[in-house]
Amino acid sequence: MEIFLQQVVSGLATGGIYGSLALSLVMIYQATDVVNFAQGEMAMFSTYLAWSLMNHGLSYWLAFALTVTVAFVGGLAIQRLIMRPVENAPILTIVIVTLGLLVIFNSVAGWIYSYIIQPFPSPFPTTAIRVGSVVFGPHDLGAIGVTLVLLILLYAFFRFTSLGLAMRAAAQNPASSRLVGIRVGWMLALGWGLAALVGAVAGMMVAPVIFLEPNMMSGILIYAFASATLGGFTSPGGAVLGGFLVGVIENLAGTYISFIGTDLKLTVALVLIILVLLVKPSGLFGRAVVRRV
Amino acid sequence: MSPRSRALALVVTLCLALAHGFSYAADPGVTATEIKIGNTNPYSGPASVYGTIGKGIAAYFKKVNDEGGINGRKINFITLDDGYSPPKTVEMVRRLVEQEQVLFLFQTLGTPTNTAIWKYMNDQQVPHLFVATGATKWGDPKGHPWTMGWQPTYQTEGQIYAQYVLKNLPDARIGILYQNDDYGKDYVKGFKDGLGDAAKKMIVMEQTHEVTDPTIESQIVNLKNSGANVFFNVTIPKFAVQAIKKARDIGWKPVHLLNNVSNSVGTVLKPAGIDASKDIISTFYLKDPTDPQWKNDKGFKDWSAFMQKYYPDGNTADLFNVYAYTVPQTLVHVLKQCGNDLSRANIMRQAANIKDLALPMFLPGIKVNTSPTDFYPIEQLQLARFDGERWVLFGEIFDAGGKHGM
Repeated sequence: MEIFLQQVVSGLATGGIYGSLALSLVMIYQATDVVNFAQGEMAMFSTYLAWSLMNHGLSYWLAFALTVTVAFVGGLAIQRLIMRPVENAPILTIVIVTLGLLVIFNSVAGWIYSYIIQPFPSPFPTTAIRVGSVVFGPHDLGAIGVTLVLLILLYAFFRFTSLGLAMRAAAQNPASSRLVGIRVGWMLALGWGLAALVGAVAGMMVAPVIFLEPNMMSGILIYAFASATLGGFTSPGGAVLGGFLVGVIENLAGTYISFIGTDLKLTVALVLIILVLLVKPSGLFGRAVVRRV
Repeated sequence: MSPRSRALALVVTLCLALAHGFSYAADPGVTATEIKIGNTNPYSGPASVYGTIGKGIAAYFKKVNDEGGINGRKINFITLDDGYSPPKTVEMVRRLVEQEQVLFLFQTLGTPTNTAIWKYMNDQQVPHLFVATGATKWGDPKGHPWTMGWQPTYQTEGQIYAQYVLKNLPDARIGILYQNDDYGKDYVKGFKDGLGDAAKKMIVMEQTHEVTDPTIESQIVNLKNSGANVFFNVTIPKFAVQAIKKARDIGWKPVHLLNNVSNSVGTVLKPAGIDASKDIISTFYLKDPTDPQWKNDKGFKDWSAFMQKYYPDGNTADLFNVYAYTVPQTLVHVLKQCGNDLSRANIMRQAANIKDLALPMFLPGIKVNTSPTDFYPIEQLQLARFDGERWVLFGEIFDAGGKHGM
């Protein structure tokens, strides 16, 4: 029982990591109908930015605020300068462009910051919390909390503000939105900015656990895709919950199903993606998208 | 053709033949003034942290050329980026061998990447020298006479930890974490061979991870719960850092044996936290440049001067840059020993004929030895314990000469 609880707790902690990146994937998908493969690398790059700000003597929260702002503006700029020219191109072209961004961000980070692993501070205390025989890291709890707060803020933004409504409209029906006076181009850019912001927060929450290096997000991105698919690409809450589920399922399958063991943990994530796509393509909490053809 | 032009033709032909000198009948890649050497390194991609090795070797050859080359021949070192991706390695290596026509390959980096070109190099009969990986399979003079490793093998290192456990920790309950590939399995094999009959009793849990996993937290939790009091950690730096930190975070304090792939103070122990890293045990065969005991050592001073002059961008706390300095010294030794017979066959003959070669950045007592039946150049290591600031060597030098169970 003890090992079961400890594995669930550790699964929730890593699940929180997957969920936070999945959240930024879903953000961009909701706002622009595009899956951005460079999301993880953008998050990594923002985290390096925070790291170098702190190295220049800024306090954690000041660096945090600056990074989030820069990430937002950066995401906006990427949409305006790089994505906009290919906006009307076939989906494959857009995918290739985001893959190109992935490679560029990865190499530029390596070039500027080198590939040496760097520690990244956590804003939370370090002494472990014990409940019975189960040990929690305060950072894990803190990171989960930050992800949930972010989720609530985003929900409120999309649900209760007119800007949020305009963004949703622009993504779902650009032509009609334009007719009612929404500046669709800027709404899409705003979506990229918000996704980059969420990604930056995710990066800063992940880095204390997996450490900072240019390739830190490559493994996580696959799990984030699994989480977003499981929860539904159209549901931010679903994506975060999907993250927790993937984290826990992965740990329990690895511990208790002997032929999976620790060898096939990644396979579990991939099988999940396929199963969800076969059985319920819109994910557990997603809406089925109906298009008139 | 008139007699006069015939005479002229004869003279021209003779001159050309003379100009070619000794390379007249030699293999491609060598002339009277140049030796062409090929290499692949991961300058991009997931293993880019090793890219500094390729850059360091290129810098060392520049120094060799500045000092007049080898027997008057300058080294032309062509190093290409394979991104640690085996299909790309094959492409790059074919380009090096077939288009660039290099004399031989040197220090191609990585176990999966070298595995992909292993057969090709031996079919082509082009020397595949001192590959940059510690897998045990490179020492196979019968099956693959054109390939040779350099560093102590992972099995050798596994054995030294086993000896340490048998001698000092009779009540050991060992938990192992290893990367699920040739590299990880090699370590575990050496470790189990070293433990012998005690292996079954002592090893209480083995956990693996894939190189693509984002974290290894779950594995560390399982190892702690197995009740292990010795942790044999066979992971690359990225995961070693996580393992050290996670073990501390969940209050697991085993005797920690860390493979030397990840024993860099600057890139692993410090990021993981000095408290968490204290008392970890690992092995060395090179002088750690951060260790103050070498401050006045001639080998270390020469290395520092080299770094300053030829590789100023290189990190002087990085053991890989010591590696990148020492491995071409071994090659230069071999090429000098070849004299003027720079045929591929003779290069392999001389590479398999190194006797007690001590190099300036080896720990005192470590030597390179090879023979036609021994393709394991370095087979010695020394244990060290991290005292919170630096590695402190202890015990005698362990020699695994001839103990490879191939």
